[in-house]
Amino acid sequence: MHEMSLCEGILQVLETESQKQGFDCVKNVWLEIGDLAGVETEALLFCFDAVTRDSLADRAKLNIIHTPGSAWCLKCAKNVSVKQRFDECPQCGSYQLQVTGGDEMRIKELEVE
Amino acid sequence: MCTVCGCGEGETKIEGEPRRHDHHHHHEHGHDYGEGPAHAHAPGMSQSRMVQIEQDILGKNNEYAMANRGYFLQKGMLTLNLVSSPGSGKTTLLTSTLNELKDEFPQVVIEGDQQTSNDAERIRETGVAAIQINTGKGCHLDAHQVGHAVDHLDAPDTSVLYIENVGNLVCPAAFDLGEAHKVAILSITEGEDKPLKYPDMFHAANLLLLSKIDLLPHLDFDVGKCIEYAQRINPGIKVIQLSGKTGEGMDSWYRWVRANRQIAMIDCPVAQSDGGA
Ligand SMILES: Nc1nc2c(ncn2[C@@H]2O[C@H](COP(=O)(O)OP(=O)(O)O)[C@@H](O)[C@H]2O)c(=O)[nH]1
Ligand SMILES: [Mg+2]
Ligand SMILES: [Zn+2]
Ligand SMILES: [Zn+2]
Repeated sequence: MHEMSLCEGILQVLETESQKQGFDCVKNVWLEIGDLAGVETEALLFCFDAVTRDSLADRAKLNIIHTPGSAWCLKCAKNVSVKQRFDECPQCGSYQLQVTGGDEMRIKELEVE
Repeated sequence: MCTVCGCGEGETKIEGEPRRHDHHHHHEHGHDYGEGPAHAHAPGMSQSRMVQIEQDILGKNNEYAMANRGYFLQKGMLTLNLVSSPGSGKTTLLTSTLNELKDEFPQVVIEGDQQTSNDAERIRETGVAAIQINTGKGCHLDAHQVGHAVDHLDAPDTSVLYIENVGNLVCPAAFDLGEAHKVAILSITEGEDKPLKYPDMFHAANLLLLSKIDLLPHLDFDVGKCIEYAQRINPGIKVIQLSGKTGEGMDSWYRWVRANRQIAMIDCPVAQSDGGA
């Protein structure tokens, strides 16, 4: 259900941009989704189809660019790579991590007409 | 529903009435794309082009949230967003709180539920103004709905606004409403591993209220473990154990509300005469 809300957010952005940039049909959407953003790709694709039905993005294709997760470990005092949000440090096991990358949920680019 | 702002002909209702469309809608509904001369595709003559946008998916909501936040700041209001699973005791906590604090400062409430205005009615029995937002199928409140509700409420300066979000530990975490703090409520009937199962919510909250603590003798809920899990997700989260039934721990919560209201009023011009109770 989280993915449904996200897709509504995407559609809002598309509707606003269609006015600003003068297009009325979206064919492709490129999203940047970090591995730590907590987004289920499958669910997102499914919801996107449902949410965009009969909209300007009806039948638009959603393309997802994954970005890897990284965090600053306070104990190791360095950047480490992490697979999931709230995981422990892969090097020392500490939970004292500050996410430094991979929590993006951004619309990067559109193909429109 | 109207996916541009979630209002109007959609399912969102404020006080049982479909939300009035007093703002401009730039979109039209039910376009039949791909038909008509403007869309005629000559072979080999594609009209498509690329558009860079680089925008956060929740950017629109965040804009509304910032507008709400500015409004609260300027009025010296403290706004709290109460989030939990259904049935964890939010409305019970609120009615006790409103009764306890109503002689100290003005308070107002926004109630979010998918259906019914039962909770708003429970709130109004305390004499405090409340407004109900029914989100229909929507599983969270968004900042635009809250902005509309705030217009209706016309809250006094330096008041405390409590927003009871829709019972759901997932989506409300992602939707900033412009509040000062998210307050997560977790009842001990729910199992101590909730913070690990719904980490985003416990990460987003600044305060965790462990509720229904009166039931502790009847359950094998491990309070220590639960707090450890919550602080693993969010090392800075403060935890208060309380019971709306026996009143245990409620004083700590009241102190937290009072203190945060004082913070909201610091250097706020409209708060000067008030002095702060
Ligand atoms: N034992 C006990 N029950 C409570 C407490 N607070 C609320 N309840 C009960 O839990 C149920 C749900 O409470 P409610 O306030 O409606 O939860 P909400 O859905 O989060 O608003 C009701 O039956 C309440 O009487 C508490 O502190 N102790
Ligand atoms: Mg309730
Ligand atoms: Zn480490
Ligand atoms: Zn609308």
